[in-house]
Amino acid sequence: MSAPRASRGAFLIWRVLLLAQLRESPARLLVTVLAIALGVALGAAVYLVNSAALNEFGLATKRLVGEADVIVRGPREGFPEQLFTRLARDAAVNEASPVLELDVALPGRRDTLKVLGVDPFRAATLQPALIGDIGGALFTLFQRDSIYLSSSAAQDLKLRRGDELQVLVGSSPKTLRVLGILSEGTYSQALGLMDIASAQWTFNQLGRLNRIDLRLNTGNDVDAFRRALGLRLPAGVLAVAPQVERDRAVTVTRAYRVNLNMLALVALWTGAFLVFSTQSLSVLRRRRSLALLRALGVTRGQLQRALIGEGAALGVAGSFLGVLLGLAVADAVLSFLTGDLGNGQLRAAGASIRAAPLPLFAFFVMGTVVASIGAWWPARAAARQPPARSLKGGDGDYAVVARRSTYSGVVLLVAGAALSRLPAVHGLPVFGYAAIAALLFGAVLLVPILTVKGLRLAPRTRRIVLDTAVAQLRENVGLSTLSLASIIVSFSLMVAMAIMVYSFRMSFDHWLGKLLPADMQLREPFGSDTAYWSAADQAKLAGVPGISRIEFRRTRQLLLDPARAPVTLIARGATSAETAAELPLLQTRPLPPPSKAEPAWISEALQDLYGYKLGSEIDLPLAGRSHRFTVAGIWRDYARTTGAIVISHQAYLAATGDASANEGSVWLNTGANAALTETALRSRFARGDSLEILTSTALRERSLQIFDRAFAITYALEAIAVIIGLTGVSFAASSTALARRAEFGMLRHIGMLRRQIVGMLASEGILTSAFGVGYGLALGTALSLVLVYVINRQSFNWSIDLAIPAWELAILSVTLIAAAAVTAIWSGRAAMSQDAVQAVREDW
Amino acid sequence: MRGLVPDPGLVPDPAVLRLENLSKRYSPDRPAIFERLELELRQGEYLAVMGESGVGKSTLLNLLAGLDQPDSGRVLLEGVDISTLDDDAVTLLRRRAVGFVFQAFHVLPYLSVEQNVALPLDLLGVAEPERSRRTALMLAAVGIAPLANRYARELSGGEVQRIAIARALVHRPRLLLADEPTGNLDPRSAAQTLALLRAQVKANAGAGILITHSRAAAETADRVLVLDAGGLKPLRPDG
Repeated sequence: MSAPRASRGAFLIWRVLLLAQLRESPARLLVTVLAIALGVALGAAVYLVNSAALNEFGLATKRLVGEADVIVRGPREGFPEQLFTRLARDAAVNEASPVLELDVALPGRRDTLKVLGVDPFRAATLQPALIGDIGGALFTLFQRDSIYLSSSAAQDLKLRRGDELQVLVGSSPKTLRVLGILSEGTYSQALGLMDIASAQWTFNQLGRLNRIDLRLNTGNDVDAFRRALGLRLPAGVLAVAPQVERDRAVTVTRAYRVNLNMLALVALWTGAFLVFSTQSLSVLRRRRSLALLRALGVTRGQLQRALIGEGAALGVAGSFLGVLLGLAVADAVLSFLTGDLGNGQLRAAGASIRAAPLPLFAFFVMGTVVASIGAWWPARAAARQPPARSLKGGDGDYAVVARRSTYSGVVLLVAGAALSRLPAVHGLPVFGYAAIAALLFGAVLLVPILTVKGLRLAPRTRRIVLDTAVAQLRENVGLSTLSLASIIVSFSLMVAMAIMVYSFRMSFDHWLGKLLPADMQLREPFGSDTAYWSAADQAKLAGVPGISRIEFRRTRQLLLDPARAPVTLIARGATSAETAAELPLLQTRPLPPPSKAEPAWISEALQDLYGYKLGSEIDLPLAGRSHRFTVAGIWRDYARTTGAIVISHQAYLAATGDASANEGSVWLNTGANAALTETALRSRFARGDSLEILTSTALRERSLQIFDRAFAITYALEAIAVIIGLTGVSFAASSTALARRAEFGMLRHIGMLRRQIVGMLASEGILTSAFGVGYGLALGTALSLVLVYVINRQSFNWSIDLAIPAWELAILSVTLIAAAAVTAIWSGRAAMSQDAVQAVREDW
Repeated sequence: MRGLVPDPGLVPDPAVLRLENLSKRYSPDRPAIFERLELELRQGEYLAVMGESGVGKSTLLNLLAGLDQPDSGRVLLEGVDISTLDDDAVTLLRRRAVGFVFQAFHVLPYLSVEQNVALPLDLLGVAEPERSRRTALMLAAVGIAPLANRYARELSGGEVQRIAIARALVHRPRLLLADEPTGNLDPRSAAQTLALLRAQVKANAGAGILITHSRAAAETADRVLVLDAGGLKPLRPDG
């Protein structure tokens, strides 16, 4: 047969089979298409939202970095401005621009405003896109106590040109005048722009900078210059490549984004299992027709291609719908919610969907390929089945299938266990995900042999309903496996996620309890560089009536590695012993003698990202000098994925001379009123309303609420996966019930009551789903170990203690078994609605 | 349960099956399939009903088994008017008193030969060792005892129909109904099956009705009736 004629033949067979399927079970095909569409839509939406936010973030960073070749970055409290003079005189440097970059606290607000203090003329050269907008009014920037706002900041703060903006410096408000609003295209995020001298004056940073942008003379090797400069800079000051600045948000949020994408892919793969299950059942139902086609001269290859083509057609329809749906969802998310999808580090105002035809086409192809893969196995099995055997009837030799799949299943399980031991790749748990996939597929491949063995052990009860149900399942392992596959996959993933989230929640709750022993917590706006309490302020706060004890902390950012986000330094506890006692320590060692380096306690992220271990010596750049600390303990921190270091207040004061604080814990006297104490604490400052004060109980509740909200999307995706899985079970039940119409008819003829047949189907449904649920529980628990100990740890660099939500899982299991039984009964009733007489006359 | 037990005040009906004035039509605007049908079948009697396709042979069989309702008239099985019974009651009567053999065999592929044959006994709750004894006897009677532990998919058409016959008779029903039982068999298997059916009906001292197109098959019965628009009539020798 010539190639074109053969492909035309395959196309015709494909069309005939597909149209017949469409006529026979349009609802089933529609649901399968929708399942694929849902998976594609979720994947596409997550991708579009993330890429829109990242794009916006990247654009904003590009505007800030401008034309610089090298960025010299210091700690937030800055370095002496003499460094600028030195660098500006360097022969290799063409242009140097001094910057004071601060996150400024605003009275009465919880968030901060990024403010750049720049030399307008130098910045006009290096950041033309940012400064160019001011144009001829550049001189106005020199006015004292004045600021330009980006249009996003002006909208957010509801300010116009000429209005006053209050900022917090220390614990006191200062007033700036809004000189003008930058046009929308200049900078899309919230930003304030000031003259550097004015900024230094306003924020008590006279003579200090924290960033210098450098452009080199043509012909210089930028990388070599940056490396050499890094060696000459004072402690805590780093030479950073602009690309690193731009990529930081991408790097820091990569694990989070990949995890979200993986969740979306779960829905897509569950859809593929639905295709697999639908196609397998449809092939089984049509085995005689397909065998007839083979007998009439359709080749094995033509039949296989036609059946894979059916799956691909479902994939094309589902993927097309999914891409459209994904675009709509992403647009809605960006219009009505922030684009960060629960990750604050990705918050970017003004992000919008960019038409990205290539990635969208990739999602379209992915959906189609996944659906085709789902159809491949049943197509191959159908094409390989000897036509004579199919024409005679029978479901095929599942003993052979079971033997083959057992071997592959064991290999995959071993591979999964081995993969789970491998480390992260560029901070991503690539092998962890591969382990999950291998364990999942391996476990599904073991279902036939386990079903055969398990049902062989089932004793005869002499109850005809139950015995017949068991015999039916035992002899149709293939069918049982198919109906079980989708529910096992989706349920085990849901169990794994439920255990992981529950473990995380329990660990998080325990962690909160350890960190919040006091009655109240107070702090200045989170992340602010300008608001703090001086020693005098602290004394005022400590003097508030009703307080039995108050402990202050100083938190600030330290940039240890230019390629990574800054880590948080926390000075807390009067002495080292006191500090160690307050932390949720996971590993500890005796404190070093006072003559040795001071102790520091690092979070798990520091251990994972920077490779520090117990006893390691670390140099921290404090007040322009390097100070050596010894790692005396590793503690659990769920608040900062980029790492945190705790040192004692005493050690911090000795290293920096900085006695200020920006967080505190308050213990009340017995009987003291928390609300009155809060009012009294606020009254100690002119703008006390900007203090964040919460009782520890309220803070704990709020934190758990945020936790639950962050995981809501996870629950939603998992619920969708289980619904898709249940749909698979329902399809399997209705297909097998329809295929067994003649059997039910015969049983009615020989005197089996309707309710006995329904009971038989219910027993089959319960036995099948109970096995599926039991197996899903075991598999889900195994997968949860990979999630908890591998994927979570490698993605977020914190550990979780395993905890099993036994009651929730029990309720969910019983609900699923009941749902499957109801589905089986409903399918049986539908199949029996045709009269028994007609049924036995059909010769299938 | 209504009507399972005949009224003790009445004289027991010697007929296993009696049709009185039986009429059936599929819809009011179509002609009747048959009208005022009368028939009596006594114990040990083996009757063949012939007729052209579409004349209503299978409909008649369904009415006899209580799987369909007549428009008028009565079907008395063991003296019980089955039209007065509800679905459960007629099912229980059928379970005890009727055996079926179908053209398409309809044995359960997931049960062994022995389990298939024992199904009616299991439905009736016959306990061991009686269940196994009666099943073994029946398997031996139809000549498939060595196949007891095999599955139907491994057997020939003739062997599968023997399973169906054994299943139809294992609980010693008063009435055996066979609908084209040899329609899917080769001539040799068909002849063996017909001989077996007759022998087993006689051996079990019940009554049997064989629905068939085939004159050769019909001639294995004690008497042959032809169903046509005029009702049930004896087959003329020139038939």
